[in-house]
Amino acid sequence: MVGAAVAFVAGIIFALGLGVSGMTDPRNVLGFLDVFGRWDPSLALVMVGALAVYATAARWARGAPRPLAALRFAVPRSNAIDARLLGGAAVFGFGWGVAGYCPGPAVVDAVALSPRTVTFVASMLVATAATQRWQARRARAGRRSPQDARTAAT
Amino acid sequence: MSPTPLAALGGGALIGAAAAVVLVVNGQIAGVSGMLGVLVRPRGHADRIGEPPSASTVDGGAQPAAFLTGLVAGGLLWLFLRPETVASVDSGLPLPWLVLAGALVGVGTQVGAGCTSGHGVCGVGRGSPRSIAATATFMAMGAVATFLVHHLWLARGAR
Repeated sequence: MVGAAVAFVAGIIFALGLGVSGMTDPRNVLGFLDVFGRWDPSLALVMVGALAVYATAARWARGAPRPLAALRFAVPRSNAIDARLLGGAAVFGFGWGVAGYCPGPAVVDAVALSPRTVTFVASMLVATAATQRWQARRARAGRRSPQDARTAAT
Repeated sequence: MSPTPLAALGGGALIGAAAAVVLVVNGQIAGVSGMLGVLVRPRGHADRIGEPPSASTVDGGAQPAAFLTGLVAGGLLWLFLRPETVASVDSGLPLPWLVLAGALVGVGTQVGAGCTSGHGVCGVGRGSPRSIAATATFMAMGAVATFLVHHLWLARGAR
């Protein structure tokens, strides 16, 4: 209950930050990604501001036995830099550079219900769900034939 | 309108603070794509093997839903206080390209397990080599896409 309330407030602050920083305007994002054109470094400053605060909190978290209102930290333990990670990031990055939208700002902007933003968000949600189902199918298939998985790994 | 350096830094600090609260209090990564994934996750779909229990298993996924609701609430605040912040901009991108972009973002963030908040802020902020590699990759590809789509393709009529 506390967790959900805290998450809700954090979401509001996140949305405020996106708006203040100009990241809800795709033109600012595209301006940053337009390295071969008229480069707008604003997003770099946004990252600096975000990382300065977050890295401080992360350092605290590294030494903390548990979070303040939960039993344990649920952070990724894997360090594997594999094709899935990089391939996924590449695909995401390309989509980001086409519309200047990533998930957070798109959701925030969607409240204005403009056809353009709603179209993006709808497509993103459909693709997200489809990918989840595809991943679930693959995971189930993998579990059904551990022999194949072991053979494939050698 | 491009933000002033102060607004960029300050807005970024707010973003970092919000994500930091999620980490410090709830012990979770504030990754929006992950939260959307939890929202549309098929029932019975297990977490990634080898990963600790994610937000989908803690309190039935209430936290991701709450954060996303907060994003929407924040958006509504902007809509009433300063609507131009969330107003759509016609960057000249045809609607089908928005569908494509959305699909690429949807697929890529699920396969790559993160986005600008999850990898770019949280992962890099934690010093995760995975996230640093992912962030470098999506930034580079973003630049490529912007060059191809906005510099070359969309600008071709102006020549």
